[in-house]
Amino acid sequence: MRRFPLLLAAFPAMIAMVGVSAQTDSPNLGRNLAATCANCHGTGGVSLTEIESLAGKPKDELVRKLQEFKTDKRPGTVMSQLAKGYTDPQIELIAAWFAAQKPGAK
Amino acid sequence: MDLRFGRRDFLKAIGAGAGAAALSSCATIGSGSAGKVVVVGAGYGGATAAKYIRMWSAGAIDVTLVEAGAEFISCPMSNLVLGGSKTLADLTVGYDNLSRRHGIKLARDTATAVDTEKRSVKLAGGTELAYDRLVLSPGVDFMWDRVPGLNNASAQAAILHAWKAGPQTVALRRQLEAMPDGGVFAISIPVAPYRCPPGPYERACQAAWYFKRAKPKSKVLVLDGNPDITSKPALFKKAFAEEYKGFVEYRPNFILVDVDVATRTAKFETQEDVNADVLNVLPPQRAAEVARAAGVVTANDRWCEVDFLTFESIKVKNVHILGDAIQVAPAMPKSGHMANQHAKVCAAAVVAMLTGEPVNPTPVLNNTCYSFITDKEVVHVASVHQYDREKKTVLPVPGSGGLSPAMSAVEGQYAFAWAKNIWADMLA
Repeated sequence: MRRFPLLLAAFPAMIAMVGVSAQTDSPNLGRNLAATCANCHGTGGVSLTEIESLAGKPKDELVRKLQEFKTDKRPGTVMSQLAKGYTDPQIELIAAWFAAQKPGAK
Repeated sequence: MDLRFGRRDFLKAIGAGAGAAALSSCATIGSGSAGKVVVVGAGYGGATAAKYIRMWSAGAIDVTLVEAGAEFISCPMSNLVLGGSKTLADLTVGYDNLSRRHGIKLARDTATAVDTEKRSVKLAGGTELAYDRLVLSPGVDFMWDRVPGLNNASAQAAILHAWKAGPQTVALRRQLEAMPDGGVFAISIPVAPYRCPPGPYERACQAAWYFKRAKPKSKVLVLDGNPDITSKPALFKKAFAEEYKGFVEYRPNFILVDVDVATRTAKFETQEDVNADVLNVLPPQRAAEVARAAGVVTANDRWCEVDFLTFESIKVKNVHILGDAIQVAPAMPKSGHMANQHAKVCAAAVVAMLTGEPVNPTPVLNNTCYSFITDKEVVHVASVHQYDREKKTVLPVPGSGGLSPAMSAVEGQYAFAWAKNIWADMLA
């Protein structure tokens, strides 16, 4: 019985790692994926306009919003359509990369 | 801490976490020792590639950007100049940040020849630039031989294309201003593929927006070489039928074969001649001449086929092609936004190849394209394209992408914000 809680605790982390590692043959995958957002959200996620800046936003918040767009739980224009084109592991990588950026460091 | 912190570790550290400010300052002190890249064309593709190669190599790759124009003038948004709600100055951005912040060497010249054996580019001014990798983002040339009456300079000064933003945009606006009320403005659209699929229909809307306010007896005639509107068809048809009822007439299957300049008459493969007060001809297009000079035009003698993992030519090693000049993947539009996305896949691959890292095997590209129906109300089309390992191309993701339900001012705000942010993504 002693090992069971430990396994449970490790299990979500393992799932996350497996999900991501399927995509991580390339060392800069998060950076490259996040760059597809920069046209509208600014280089490095630093927007100069009313479009939301993503740099430095908590990863959980970014994943939640992207998943809400993807599943039509959040009203949107282009984002509801674009979020559906990215896999869940890709959304995790994008969110992690933006979360690690300095906000407003333009 | 391990003090043996080599260049590759440095690149990794930069790529992993540092902000844009750190990248920019590093770029100016970069050694350029990882190789030389020459980029030809500083539009949506080329300027983005030059900046991202410098940023992602932390200045380790030397980049020279060859561009004849003194400043960047955006094709997207330029139909607003024809409508009269924006000026060319609103769409113009300088290139100075590319050299100042990113250490890119700017060569204000035209590339005329490429020696792909020796790996060097010859410029019109006589300079020769050696490269390890060459990135061509040259845009399109017009196939004037397909419109014999326009195959000379004086004809081209009278019947305008305005399909490359700049003096022609302003000149076409003047023609519309000079046209008497009750006149007909005709736009001839080539058979797809051509640069900016929705652009001609947006142009019709912008001309109609102007006529509705200033010349209400005038008419826009859309003479389409295609069997139907090639982009956002339902949204444009609705705009023509409602917002511009009585102002726009759409005619499909009008394949242009010649123009009589003196009478401003368009001649077609099967349809009757059309005479207009202002005639605007978008000629058939192909990859610009420098792509031909480099020997990378491989599809129908018009477009450049590329490996979508790297945007390297399928035929010539060390030469990459971006933007409107490529043979597109299925459902991939020839748009400025898409050229920027090509540039990032290419930049990542070029940096990886020159620094001995693996090339990203799963690139993703997206497109967002806004079209102005009025001066403020906009419709969009969006798509996401993922690499397919088996088919070795990028394909739109089923269930993703789509269109606006209707034109809106909110999307108009987003469109202006998109422009400001993408221009900064390329040039700031």
